Amino acid sequence: MSLLEYALVGGILYGIFFALVAIGLNLIFGVMRIINLAHGQFVLLGGYGAFVISARLHLNPIYGVPLAIVGAIIVGVPLYYAVVPRLQAGRDPEMLSFILFFGIAQMIDAVLIAVFGADQRSLPQDALGSGSISVLGQSFPDSWWVAAAMSMLVAASLYLYFRRTRLGFATRAIMASREEALATGIDVQRVSALSFIIGLAFAGIAGVFVPYLLGSISPDIGNELTTTSFAIIIIGSLGNPFGTIIGGLVFGVGTLFMQTFFPSWSNLVPYALLVIIVLLRPAGLFGRSVRVT
Amino acid sequence: MRSIVPAAVTLAVIAVVFILAPHLYGNRSLLFSMMTFAALAQGLNLLYGFTGYLPFGYVGFFGTGAYTTSLLVLHSHLPVLVCVLAGGIAAIVVGVILGPLLRLSGAYFSIANLAASQILYNIFSNQDLASVTGGPYGLKIDQVYNPTASYYTMLVILLLATGLAAHFRFSRFGMALRAMNQDPTSASMAGIDVVRERLIVWLISAAIAGLAGGAYAWNLSVFYPDAVFTLQISVFAIVFALFGGVGTVIGPVIGAVVLYTLYNAVGISAPQYFEFIYGLLIVVLVLFLPNGLMSLLARRGIRVI
Repeated sequence: MSLLEYALVGGILYGIFFALVAIGLNLIFGVMRIINLAHGQFVLLGGYGAFVISARLHLNPIYGVPLAIVGAIIVGVPLYYAVVPRLQAGRDPEMLSFILFFGIAQMIDAVLIAVFGADQRSLPQDALGSGSISVLGQSFPDSWWVAAAMSMLVAASLYLYFRRTRLGFATRAIMASREEALATGIDVQRVSALSFIIGLAFAGIAGVFVPYLLGSISPDIGNELTTTSFAIIIIGSLGNPFGTIIGGLVFGVGTLFMQTFFPSWSNLVPYALLVIIVLLRPAGLFGRSVRVT
Repeated sequence: MRSIVPAAVTLAVIAVVFILAPHLYGNRSLLFSMMTFAALAQGLNLLYGFTGYLPFGYVGFFGTGAYTTSLLVLHSHLPVLVCVLAGGIAAIVVGVILGPLLRLSGAYFSIANLAASQILYNIFSNQDLASVTGGPYGLKIDQVYNPTASYYTMLVILLLATGLAAHFRFSRFGMALRAMNQDPTSASMAGIDVVRERLIVWLISAAIAGLAGGAYAWNLSVFYPDAVFTLQISVFAIVFALFGGVGTVIGPVIGAVVLYTLYNAVGISAPQYFEFIYGLLIVVLVLFLPNGLMSLLARRGIRVI
């Protein structure tokens, strides 16, 4: 029975954290209707930022979180204005953004390999607390709990942003209807740019914790992180950031159950979930049918 | 029927170039890889260029073909060419199983197809199936190693793919595809069975990749699962096809020849720079030249097939 409890508790922690990995991709899609296929690479950039802070500057890798926010602004603003308005004016923004951001993903991969090499990099184990917390007799390292807490914090702040701020209202208006938002005088480009930056920042913040949850990071896991994020946001409905938490839980519990009972097949979980969900319920589990055709 | 002449000339030029090339240039394995990627770019062009569905997991069919061919060589006494053919058939079977993916729109199709290819990779390379597929250790079929025969087999596959592209471009069937691509609702009103025709193109495109995978495995004769399932193969096919121009007959072949030559000239010494250049190339193409090199000619009034 302890294996079952291990998979359950671990899966919930793992899943809550992976909601954070995926949520930025969902926000960018919901607001801009473009697909950031370089999402996993932006997560990696956050992870390598934490690695530089820890290994080169000898600081606590948690400072990777503010670094991710600064980095998202520095990278996000020029990137947004260089490509997004141009894509949205084109004939098929969804498909073309998909290909374009794939190109960006390749460029980031190449830069990461050139700078950090292809080796796996990890962060000091005890930097986020050296103990462990037990639930149902199953103990997990502090870093897992910190990562899950960060994910909840991000989700809660996104909720408050959407419900309590003018910019958040404007963002939701654009998600509901871009044209009508434009007609009511919302500065769509500015609000979209902000959402783009927030999406990248969330990816980067998630990256800081990825070395703890996966054991290490290396340049070749970017595409895997992207597909996993896709699986999670499709399970929880595209364009709906809160469904993402549920999507993360389904993915997390599913992955840890497979890792516990059928370890050699656990890599299949995100891909199999993705294919099954898109075929059975294209709008996701909580579909207010935001899928565009 | 005026279209038959340029199509025949195109096929003849490709055939002559690749028959003469080994006599003029010693590195036959490079020429073979170039043909492989030209065939894959052309096969991907059949689907993406004519229906707008971009198969990001195209490599899944390639790997399936490679494995089917190799397993048949190992466990049956069929002639190698039959085994290569079976690689194409296996890819069609996988295509039928994945057929429901075609119900998805654009980007969903691409990402689900990518996931499907990862599932195939995980199955073929799985440790638990090592007794059947060789698992992570790959397969070895060096008893049938024959670089010359596999070279000409790949040439035939490339010609077949290019011939199909010409057919799609000029036939009634191709007209229907273009109509579907522009406006599926109106096309179905005009009596085109959209679902059926799209499925046919999907299966043809899958078969090309499966055949190419089979011939590729024959040429290598020893390979690891990563070699035939790496996402890089899908990427090359997409970049080459986009660069040359999707929806045309010669674009993908020219794209593959030009870029693969370039890749080998620069790439071997520093592959990561090339990954960067390819990424940049994709971005520039999408932003400034979404219809590829051939659209530059078409814009100047030169008729491109």
